[in-house]
Amino acid sequence: MIEVKGLSKYYGAVPALVDVEFSIPEGAIAGFLGLNGAGKTTALKILAGEMLPTAGQVTIDGVDMVARPEKLRAQIGFLPERPPLYLEMTVTRFLTHVGQLRGMTRAATTERVPKVMEQTALTAFAHRTVETLSLGYRKRLGIAQAIVHDPRLVILDEPISGLDPVQIVEMRKLVRSLGGKHTVLISSHILPEVHETCDRLLVLADGKLVAQGTEEEIRGMGSPDRTLEVTVRGNAQKARKLLNELPEVVSAEPTRWDGELTTFALELGPNERAREAVARALVEADFGIWRMDAADNALEAAFLEMTRTRQEVKA
Amino acid sequence: MKPVALIIRRELAAYFKGMLGYVIFAVLLLLEGLMFNAWALSSGEYRSSEVLGAFFTLTFGISTAAAILLTMRLFAEERRDETLVLLTTAPISDWQIVLGKWLSAFAMVALFDALTLYMPALVMVNGSIEPGHLAAGYLGLLLVGAATTAIGTLASSLTRYQVVAGVVGGAVCLGLTLMWMVGKIADPPFDAIMSYLALHNKHFLPFMKGGIHLRDVIYYVSIAFLSLLLSRQVIGARRWR
Repeated sequence: MIEVKGLSKYYGAVPALVDVEFSIPEGAIAGFLGLNGAGKTTALKILAGEMLPTAGQVTIDGVDMVARPEKLRAQIGFLPERPPLYLEMTVTRFLTHVGQLRGMTRAATTERVPKVMEQTALTAFAHRTVETLSLGYRKRLGIAQAIVHDPRLVILDEPISGLDPVQIVEMRKLVRSLGGKHTVLISSHILPEVHETCDRLLVLADGKLVAQGTEEEIRGMGSPDRTLEVTVRGNAQKARKLLNELPEVVSAEPTRWDGELTTFALELGPNERAREAVARALVEADFGIWRMDAADNALEAAFLEMTRTRQEVKA
Repeated sequence: MKPVALIIRRELAAYFKGMLGYVIFAVLLLLEGLMFNAWALSSGEYRSSEVLGAFFTLTFGISTAAAILLTMRLFAEERRDETLVLLTTAPISDWQIVLGKWLSAFAMVALFDALTLYMPALVMVNGSIEPGHLAAGYLGLLLVGAATTAIGTLASSLTRYQVVAGVVGGAVCLGLTLMWMVGKIADPPFDAIMSYLALHNKHFLPFMKGGIHLRDVIYYVSIAFLSLLLSRQVIGARRWR
């Protein structure tokens, strides 16, 4: 169990983190979500033992990070946004070196390094020098160095930044595979990233933890979703007029045309049965309904609401 | 000591895999060889001890330059490449990090000094040298190497730019070397303090002449220790920044 209490960090008089408190259960994958400059990297550096907080406490199973830093660092693996790699070493040599730096014996690294290379799909590159690896494989090696000593907590700062779509999918699989055995903490400002990989979210804005919980819980913290996408067959002008005249609809604007089909983006009023009213009106006016979807952006809406409110207050 | 040994091994490998070690050694040894040859073969007759004294002065300067060139990358390169995090998040102390870095550079300077041995050997063939004189001179060179690599380590810990580290380290070493001149024009008691701080004249001259004094050993060890202590403070302060 990782527990953070009253964590604050000031750069001079500028607050980077203010009174942050959370806990992550053993084996969970938690995601730090926040806009650039929200304090994610600062929080991760403190948790990794690279930086000391101005105030507060970080404990892993009750052992305090500030009081016993060297003991705790052996239980933590950290991948910064730019993977820290010694380019002149081979992949095997690098992982062995890092493992030994983190307290492993030579015999233990001999046994562990091939397993980690297999887990991170680096076996084929075992004898290649690091400088010859592509960015995607350097990121993999970054994760491999973070887990080579089998730490309790693995911290990954923006693990997918700079990767191509195929590499992103592979990286997600890799990160998900770490859960259960390790407690994983990821930072990202990309919503689909945390949506795909994390069990639990921590939302940071201006250095403050504005929300924490499962994805469902965070979704529920935003305002109710009142958007709707409707694709209808028939005269687009008439459909637009009909939809905009409905008392349940705040606005209806066409967004796509495909032959006879027109897609409208609707903003609905607070009436709970607004969707039913829209469907009924379209059917009664003899429009064919091809598709009717609530846009799945509740998480994004909640995130923007939490962070935007703070930005606006600040402005 | 295991983490220190790991850091030394990585640093030594980096010097030679990146060619930096070979280039620094080749250029400086060539330069010193040419200068020594020009002086020793110049007109005039010298006693063997005079030639040896001149050799030690020359090696003092060249090995100090080697120390600065070898140390300027130690921390600056890791900060530029953002790899220092591998050490600062490992379960090792800041002392072990600084010690490992410094010892690797010191080992390189000691190797450089060892590679200059052929020049006194030439003097030995053509003249006569006391082994004790030679040993004292080399002990002095090792102590100077310890102090100057520690100064270079400190300079490298201060910046992410190797050139800046080299300029700062070089300026401190040059400043300490020229302290005897400042001591000559300063008023008491500063003249004595300045003269005492002189890296070459006050403390290296006895070694050049074959003498070993505890006060000189203490001076070089103190410079090395103080510089390493400050390096450790700089690395530690990064955690509080």
